[in-house]
Amino acid sequence: MLNNFVMPDLYPAAPEIFLLLMSFVVLFADLFLGATQRRLAGRLTLLTLIGCAFITVYTDDGQSTLTFSNMFIDDLLADFLKLTTYVAVATMLVYGRQYLADRQLDKGEFYLLVLYATLGMMVMISAASLLTLYLGLELMSLSLYALVAIDRDSSRATEAAMKYFVLGALASGLLLYGMSMIYGATGNLEIGSIAQALLQDKADKTVLVFGLVFIVAGIAFKLGAVPFHMWIPDVYHGAPTVVTLFIGSAPKLAAYAMALRLLVYGLFSLAKEWQTMLLIMAVLSIGLGNLAAIAQSNLKRMLAYSAISHMGYMLLGLTAGVAGAEVDPFTVVNAYGSALYYTVAYVLMSLGSFGMILLLSRAGYEAEHLDDFKGLNQRSPWFAAIMLVFMLSMAGIPFFIGFFAKFAVLLAAVKAGHTVVAVVAVLFSLIGAFYYLRVVKLMYFDDPVDASPICAPVNMTFLLSLNGVAVAAFGLFPDAIMTMCTAVLLRSL
Amino acid sequence: MIPLSHYLILAAILFAISVVGIFLNRKNLIVLLMAIELMLMAVNLNFVAFSHYLNDLSGQIFVFFILVVAAAESAIGLAILVVMFRNLSSIHVDDLDNLKG
Repeated sequence: MLNNFVMPDLYPAAPEIFLLLMSFVVLFADLFLGATQRRLAGRLTLLTLIGCAFITVYTDDGQSTLTFSNMFIDDLLADFLKLTTYVAVATMLVYGRQYLADRQLDKGEFYLLVLYATLGMMVMISAASLLTLYLGLELMSLSLYALVAIDRDSSRATEAAMKYFVLGALASGLLLYGMSMIYGATGNLEIGSIAQALLQDKADKTVLVFGLVFIVAGIAFKLGAVPFHMWIPDVYHGAPTVVTLFIGSAPKLAAYAMALRLLVYGLFSLAKEWQTMLLIMAVLSIGLGNLAAIAQSNLKRMLAYSAISHMGYMLLGLTAGVAGAEVDPFTVVNAYGSALYYTVAYVLMSLGSFGMILLLSRAGYEAEHLDDFKGLNQRSPWFAAIMLVFMLSMAGIPFFIGFFAKFAVLLAAVKAGHTVVAVVAVLFSLIGAFYYLRVVKLMYFDDPVDASPICAPVNMTFLLSLNGVAVAAFGLFPDAIMTMCTAVLLRSL
Repeated sequence: MIPLSHYLILAAILFAISVVGIFLNRKNLIVLLMAIELMLMAVNLNFVAFSHYLNDLSGQIFVFFILVVAAAESAIGLAILVVMFRNLSSIHVDDLDNLKG
């Protein structure tokens, strides 16, 4: 049988292979030089991400290429999501460097786990088979469980890690059970072949829908949509802030890719069924996320509930793909493009707002309470303005990126005939504006509890300012990202 | 020959036992890890049964990967458990109640 072996085309997977090789370099560099050169691992990790970005751009030919026996796909969507992931991870590393150094967490294993989590996300993004999707998901999740627990002496962090681990493992179990059902009904593990089998209408509908329920539950768990959101507040709250920032940014892109690959590429014939499930979860997430966030006094926990509501808005875009009896390619691309736009916009805002918590934190002190933002305008008008931009953008107030992302998603929902849902979503975003504006009020109209000046490394303050300016500037040119998202999807679907 | 549905029902029962085990278990976290393991085994049974009846090997390949990942998952889970025991001196589910709100 060995003579049947054909060497797979490694070219489309070049960024993944490069990242894996570089992770060995980081491992050895940290092993032999880590004691004397403490910042080496972090720098090498940043270099790796930059190298990956170059390779991703260089190997991009605008085509959809399948390799490894149709288990791995390299299309424009994958390239776009991977580039966004590199940006998110690199930003996290820059924001978190001082925070990690202050807490003696900037050891080699932190950077390695970040690299492996990134590799997992990349494999998920490029998955063209249930097997690769599962392996990428587990590589990401297992690294994230360990990252949450990286602060070994914090009982809060270990509790968060244990909860994340148990619920994450449960979610993987549900997803796998769904996958086994889909495999049984269609006889295929490749996502493209599953779609083919469904089109030919050979599969047993009962088994399929049974599997679909479990798959949707697994996806909802990873996105953190109600009723599978229980882990989000505790994990965001308990994890070290830099890990919270990581969990709250790049994995959302990977989860979007997972939802798109499974539901749209694979199970598009069942769109009517999964759209109903996603619609219910979207409304519940928007409602519960916005209401529960009001009651929080801890900013990390507040942002966790806000993440739940944002994922609800993102899901609205995913439910708007198939409206009537006919499938209209324009509506499809617009709906999934708006969800992609929302995810990218959310990642930008989430990076910035958790970055602000990191900026205000010092050695032995976490600026995670709302009170820590009191009077920020007196301490630093520039950073108060940046935080203002993030909060207004998250609230969806016009002329920031968050507004246009919400607008795109709601427009797609209305076009698909979910007008009532769109109205409910707008009402809840109005309620949600309350807790974002509360932060603004604390910053501008209250006196500081602690008036010490803010000291942070220059590259962090620069990048954070750039992040704020980007959120504001993309709001002035809202079509820039949306056009990119729809163009990417148009050539990938 | 045993029909496919018998395997599927057995797997479904095992899966249900493990989910109930995760949610009802209020005492020991190790039991929780066992429940997670049982859940993955239920999925494996499904895959092997389907693979046999479909005459398609890819399901059994998937099982190998699930076994490997399950081992890695237990390793991480036990590692977090050890850290938790050091910090809280307990592995009771009820003691995981510091984070609330």
